[in-house]
Amino acid sequence: MTTLSATDQQRPRSGDRIADNAPPPLGVHAYVTCLYGIVWREVLRYMHQRERFLSALVRPLIWLFIFAAGFRQALGVQNTPPYDGAVLYEVYVLPGLIGMILLFNAMQSSLSMVYDRETGAMRTLLVSPFPRWFLLVSKLVGGVAVAAIQVYVFLIIFYFWEADLGSTGYALLLGPLGALAVLAIINAFGKMFSQRTMAGALAAALIATAVMMAVVIFAWDLPAPSMNYLAVLPAVLIAGFMLGSLALLLSSVVRQLENFAGVMNFVIFPMFFASSALYPLSRIEQSSPVLYYICQLNPFTHAVELIRFALYARVDWASLGIVLLCTAIFLGGAIYAYNPSKGLIARRGGPG
Amino acid sequence: MAVEHRTPEAETPALLVRDVSHAFGDNRALSDVSLEIPRGRFVVLLGLNGAGKSTLFSLITRLYDNVTGEIRIFGADIRRRATAALQRLGVVFQSRTLDLDLTLQQNLFYHCALHGISGADARARTAQALATVGLTDRAEEKVRNLSGGQSRRLEIARSLLHRPSLLLLDEPTVGLDIGSRESVVKIVRSLVEKEGLAVLWATHLFDEVLPTDLVVLLHKGRVLFTGTVPELLAHTEMQTVSDAFRKMTGTAAGTGELAA
Repeated sequence: MTTLSATDQQRPRSGDRIADNAPPPLGVHAYVTCLYGIVWREVLRYMHQRERFLSALVRPLIWLFIFAAGFRQALGVQNTPPYDGAVLYEVYVLPGLIGMILLFNAMQSSLSMVYDRETGAMRTLLVSPFPRWFLLVSKLVGGVAVAAIQVYVFLIIFYFWEADLGSTGYALLLGPLGALAVLAIINAFGKMFSQRTMAGALAAALIATAVMMAVVIFAWDLPAPSMNYLAVLPAVLIAGFMLGSLALLLSSVVRQLENFAGVMNFVIFPMFFASSALYPLSRIEQSSPVLYYICQLNPFTHAVELIRFALYARVDWASLGIVLLCTAIFLGGAIYAYNPSKGLIARRGGPG
Repeated sequence: MAVEHRTPEAETPALLVRDVSHAFGDNRALSDVSLEIPRGRFVVLLGLNGAGKSTLFSLITRLYDNVTGEIRIFGADIRRRATAALQRLGVVFQSRTLDLDLTLQQNLFYHCALHGISGADARARTAQALATVGLTDRAEEKVRNLSGGQSRRLEIARSLLHRPSLLLLDEPTVGLDIGSRESVVKIVRSLVEKEGLAVLWATHLFDEVLPTDLVVLLHKGRVLFTGTVPELLAHTEMQTVSDAFRKMTGTAAGTGELAA
């Protein structure tokens, strides 16, 4: 074998060239930049996927307006902690639906990671000089940020629904977005307006909706939300992080995760239904003790309970502990799986 | 091939791969691969599809670790000093890795962030990189609107943002028309010439090899030859690189991808 060697004239000269650049060490500021960049990309990509935004919002709304309305009669009012007295079923199911948003979002971002892995975008991420655990955690934070945006949009809708404004109030609130929808439908047939016009219309509709909200709150003299929307934020973030870690672990372990139907059947539905999201566990215990224990073991139950208590500015310490423990286990597993030397990726043939 | 461990900084090669083997289960993808890329040289990694080029790239980019042997980028071991090694490495992967719905600029900003570069510095580097590949006037457009050759150029621009000293390109011209291929090759060659970058260019297209290049011939996971083009021709007693390749690998002539 011949050794490759540089001849004298090809050896690099010192000077102002790219190759002579010695890389600076990565300080705290660089880490912050990297985290911010990854989260920024996730949010930006999400904003460009309007269908995903809509479907993520429509799903819990269907449950709230249709499913909960029907179940209100069947299940009656709920009287379990943290509720002081009996509450409406819609109020009971709200934390479960927040959990649902987080669950769907986590699974969707894990799917996007499988997709990323195929297209190679995941490789671009992993070639970054930052430690791999940091890159994965940043990616998770990005997913949780997107989920938190959805949760708050959902909470705002719930607030106005709870206020029971009457038709005039709702007409005011929905007017701008309804007009936008009509415009979009017309445009879908006729293609009369440019993309730019539609983007402008969207922005105008959003601003108009915000103005209408302020008008309605002022004119109807609406009270503060019945639940603590601020205290719920840490619970949403922690629960979202746990579900995100689980999804990340799944994305690295399960190859067949590619299609969403599989995830629905084997992950989302069992986790969602075998939990306290839709009905108090005491009711499940009455009908099936075995199922009750399964529900107790389900980390999603504890994520929902954490959110439920946080909505009343209370901490369910047991749930918090379990959620944190599960996060540690799932995240540790995911980092192990993505570890270049020990991980499952190396053994299996790897992304891309 | 004796390599000093304590060679002075100016003497360490841009990339050193020594005795690297890799297997997926029973499938042996690389067997005792050794190669060296001197600073500032254009090195062509020649091999057919399935020769192990992509596996080698995955190991060098530390997607998974090399179990045997060692890989060093400017003297930094990829396993033990991953950060130092990856900071000096730029990669253009075979598959497209841009965010189609984001603009050119946004794609580049994201990559800057992945290397801890922010603010005015990121903006300056982005502008410079776009100028290098001739896409300045399209900075605000979505990547979706770009042609294949343009997105390839953008990926090269992206790989330059953190000012690496070693550039890896995995089949960068596959699927491009002749004009785009020429412009991509020209951009990378001028980077070697003007900026002193070391380049490892994986390809199965022999017409991309110039007489002044160094060649590494990879076949079925083994390195069959490393050296200059004249050395390859002399060694095989052939007139063209493609004939030399066929003689060394014993592959039949006439496969379309081996066009000279």
